[in-house]
Amino acid sequence: MPAEPIPTGATASGGRAPARLAQAALRDIPWEVGVAKPDPTIVVDGVTRTFGGLTAVSVDHLEIQRGGITGLIGPNGAGKTTLFNLLTGFDQPDGGTWTFDGRSLGKLAPHQVARLGVVRTFQLTKALSRLTVLQNMLLGAQGQKGEGFFSALVPALWRGQERANTEKAMELLRRFKLDAKKDDFAGTLSGGQRKLLEMARALMSDPKVVMLDEPMAGVNPALTQSLLGHVKDLREEGMTVIFVEHDMDVVRDISDWVVVMAAGNVIAEGPPESISQNQAVVDAYLGAHHDAPLTIEDEDRQLAEAEAAIARESDGPGTGTDQGGKAR
Amino acid sequence: MGEFIDALAIAVKAGLGFQAVFLALLAIGINMQFGYTGLLNFGQIAFALLGGYGIAISVSQWGLSFWLGVLIGIAAAVVLALLLGLPTLRLRADYLAIATIAAAEGLRLVFRSVSATPVTNGSRGISGFNREFVELAPWDTGRRYSILGTFWSGADLWVTAVGWTLVALASLLVWGLVRSPWGRVVRSIREDEDAVRALGKNVYVYKMQALVLGGVFGALGGMIYALGTGSTTPDQYQNANTFLAYAALILGGAARVLGPVVGAMLMYFIIQFADSGLRSLIETGVIPEGLLTTTDVAQIRFVIIGLGLILLLVFRPQGIFGDRREVMLDAR
Repeated sequence: MPAEPIPTGATASGGRAPARLAQAALRDIPWEVGVAKPDPTIVVDGVTRTFGGLTAVSVDHLEIQRGGITGLIGPNGAGKTTLFNLLTGFDQPDGGTWTFDGRSLGKLAPHQVARLGVVRTFQLTKALSRLTVLQNMLLGAQGQKGEGFFSALVPALWRGQERANTEKAMELLRRFKLDAKKDDFAGTLSGGQRKLLEMARALMSDPKVVMLDEPMAGVNPALTQSLLGHVKDLREEGMTVIFVEHDMDVVRDISDWVVVMAAGNVIAEGPPESISQNQAVVDAYLGAHHDAPLTIEDEDRQLAEAEAAIARESDGPGTGTDQGGKAR
Repeated sequence: MGEFIDALAIAVKAGLGFQAVFLALLAIGINMQFGYTGLLNFGQIAFALLGGYGIAISVSQWGLSFWLGVLIGIAAAVVLALLLGLPTLRLRADYLAIATIAAAEGLRLVFRSVSATPVTNGSRGISGFNREFVELAPWDTGRRYSILGTFWSGADLWVTAVGWTLVALASLLVWGLVRSPWGRVVRSIREDEDAVRALGKNVYVYKMQALVLGGVFGALGGMIYALGTGSTTPDQYQNANTFLAYAALILGGAARVLGPVVGAMLMYFIIQFADSGLRSLIETGVIPEGLLTTTDVAQIRFVIIGLGLILLLVFRPQGIFGDRREVMLDAR
């Protein structure tokens, strides 16, 4: 397997070791759906979610490696966002269990999940328009004494904490180059700046896992580079990142591991370079027949394959998938 | 000219009277719920009804003390807020709006129904419960007082003074809350609940707190109104008052501490001045008899107010105290 070192350009902060750790840990994992990871932080087991007759998500087993960047890709309607919603408590599944660091996340409300250290962003950015950028940031801080109804009335209780939070917020804003905008209403920011703000706001809560739903959607290429740098920085700081993305270049650039979903199922897993060669993935994106007229040779070949398959089936029960074989 | 100044004095008195206090307290409550938290309470008058009747029933029917009546009125408002909030605050904003508007109309009808007559005295209402309150006044309530060309009875002056004190305290409380991190959370809920949930805040609890607090302000408003008029009848608590309070809030500027207060004063001033001012203009012949008669005034004044509100929304949508940039953010 070609273990290509993923260049961490953009904002190299010196400590590349954690990134390498996750990558190295995942190096010898077979490219199989539902494969066990050496150090999983989130484990999903048998989670299903149906909307009427449509099965939006049906994941048998999925593990997310701690400290790595896991890309979640798949065609439209594959159930990526629904899976995000289930993992963060915004939606409840029909069945199944999922745990974070060994703690079950079932039946937890969104805010309880967030308090455990799993924060998310949204596909449609949710900047709080009529609050200033700085207020947006301060909202992200956890355990604020001044957020209680009665303690809010006694500024002495929360002033110090507020000051510390403001300092932390300004530091993050400087990192995301939004510090000049701190007193502007968030509603006046551009789409890309809102994405940055949402990510920075999520970081105010010192999360362990950051789940980004299409962080690059609608962001201009220049800003994409800086966003990518920020996502890599999260990994450097030891956070686990799960992100949904459509842009394959982005996915290839930053992911340590890629999970492909289609029609609610996980159809493939593996390092980014394994994905484009995976037949199931190609089929999921382009359709099994690629929607192109078959040439005679193709037709003959497929016929032969089908006959071979039938012959194999009549010999005995089918053995394994082709992906497992490709791993070595 | 003299008539016109008299008309102005009448209007000023209306803008400072207990009716204005009533409207201001309703609007402060709505400001907490709608202006800051984004909750659509279209039945604020129901809380006022419970406040007013809380005192009236406790004192006149049950023979309890005035202060116990106040506590019962507030407790009833809290219970109503909880009942309305528990099922609806997990749902979209419209559900609370529907539930509150139905509760306001339903409560009024229940209070005036025949079967409730033993307690509420039906549509004739209850009176004679404010003696204990009036006796608390530090001045002689039997006399009439003249202040800046307006005349007040001692009792009216006492209700009004207590009322504006309550308004000041309520405004102070709102000010203290909204500048704190608590206020930041509720304003964020107004903008986007899910974002706030994703940041680890229990949105449901904050919405409930805001709903209860606003409802208690409404109940206090209802108490002042009941004490001012000296009686409570169910039809005093028409739900039109809720919308008048919304109009006052928007006139003053939503999500501003003093917006509802100044809005309510101005609202009553304008309503009264449109009436007394027009009458004086007709009586002095400035407006010819053929165009408008004094009997038309009662109808035409609301046309004028409506026109004024439309112009306000066109030229100053943020109200008197609002920030135009903030309002315009929604416009795209």
